[in-house]
Amino acid sequence: MTKAALRTTPLNAAHRALGAKMVDFAGWDMPLHYGSQVDEHHRVRRDAGMFDVSHMLAVEVRGSGARAFLQRVLANDVAKLGVKGKALYSCMLNEAGGVLDDLVVYFLGEDSFRLVVNAGTADRDCAWIVAQREERAAAVKIEPRRDLAIIAVQGPQARAKTWNALPALRAATEPLAPFQAAQADGMLIARTGYTGEDGFEIMLPAGHAVALWRALQVQGVVPAGLGARDTLRLEAGMNLYGQDMDETVTPLEAGLAWTVALGGGRDFIGKQALEAKPATRQRVGLLLLDKGVMRSHQKVRCATGTGEITSGGYSPTLNRSIALARLPRAAAPGEEVEVEVRDQRLRAKVVKPPFVRHGKVLVTV
Amino acid sequence: MTTPDNLKYTKSHEWVKTEADGTLSVGITFHAQEQLGDVVFIANPKVGRRVKQGEECGVIESVKAAADIYAPVSGEVVAANQDVADKPETVNRDPYAAWMFRIRPDNPVELGGLLDAAAYRKLAESEKR
Repeated sequence: MTKAALRTTPLNAAHRALGAKMVDFAGWDMPLHYGSQVDEHHRVRRDAGMFDVSHMLAVEVRGSGARAFLQRVLANDVAKLGVKGKALYSCMLNEAGGVLDDLVVYFLGEDSFRLVVNAGTADRDCAWIVAQREERAAAVKIEPRRDLAIIAVQGPQARAKTWNALPALRAATEPLAPFQAAQADGMLIARTGYTGEDGFEIMLPAGHAVALWRALQVQGVVPAGLGARDTLRLEAGMNLYGQDMDETVTPLEAGLAWTVALGGGRDFIGKQALEAKPATRQRVGLLLLDKGVMRSHQKVRCATGTGEITSGGYSPTLNRSIALARLPRAAAPGEEVEVEVRDQRLRAKVVKPPFVRHGKVLVTV
Repeated sequence: MTTPDNLKYTKSHEWVKTEADGTLSVGITFHAQEQLGDVVFIANPKVGRRVKQGEECGVIESVKAAADIYAPVSGEVVAANQDVADKPETVNRDPYAAWMFRIRPDNPVELGGLLDAAAYRKLAESEKR
């Protein structure tokens, strides 16, 4: 098998110097772990870890009509972004109501927004957004920002350790509530993340990424790879695009009804389809009662039909296998289901995600 | 020492050690655990089960994937290591101490056909990028 050259982030050499096991993630050469994925997971839950997520793409959406344009393109309503620095999680849908991507949109100033989209869908997202712009908002400028790096610092001590590394940021970022961001020193610092813990996501010029990474390391923030990022987000009950949802699934079937603003007179791409067809499936959490490990695509049998695991794995915090699954609408929390793991049927319990938030276990066997 | 000289090896990355009583202890190699990442679950064969050489007889699951364990030789499973099943992380910490099960071999000739350390080192090396 010949490999096309993988894309690299500004921190690639730093990962290699730390002895990271590197993997191909959506065409990017990224760290899976730096020794033990499970240790990295625990450090984020208990203290502070950092992730290079520079493979994700920031896209500026600016100019007259930017807000109205995003109200059309996104399933959540950017009218909720009243205060500068506020962030909003949203899906971007196709006309059939299928999820093209999930993203965070930051309100930077009137007619100035920044989207952060997934690496694997970035090119397709940009093409889609530009095509929508051509149709209805010619004055809006779309600018992908590959000149930025993104470092996520996550964990109960993440903010304090970030301030130790960057004391000048403290004044601007200490007042931030969750899902708020501030611009300071050429950076955008957002109190957001993908782990279920407190922390920051920091967007900064690519050339400054190594210096920030080192400064955080000096403060005891441990590097964590995509492996820990995946188990942390799974425990936090957060979807992974391409696994828990894609363009064949609507947000209503993916546990994301809370991100779809159907009310008001606003029309957005995919709205008609969502209103026309009621969801027949739902997203649930599963807790494995037997021994073993659930994995994506395994079949689930419940009282009212069958479903499928979309993300499964081992939860280091629960020391037990957990999963996100798509099941018939009728399946309810507390119900016992069977999961086909190789030649066996293992017992699992339906729960409402998240499994873990802010270091606390929220589900019981 | 990532490939001890006193052990035999399989192409499917098990190590095999001949015990004083003639039974064979089986585990997975340093290279195998490194490829798997953190091991989180082990299913051993039941004691008393008869296995054929190359037959699937156990499962090892890591944070990343599930891998089958194959019987290195034909024989009867005479022991399964509950300590390792209870603490799967010992496979990462000390793969050559973390035996998973023991087999009483039917045919000693099969053991002679397994890889020696030098041959296994070559195999492991060729699988690395």
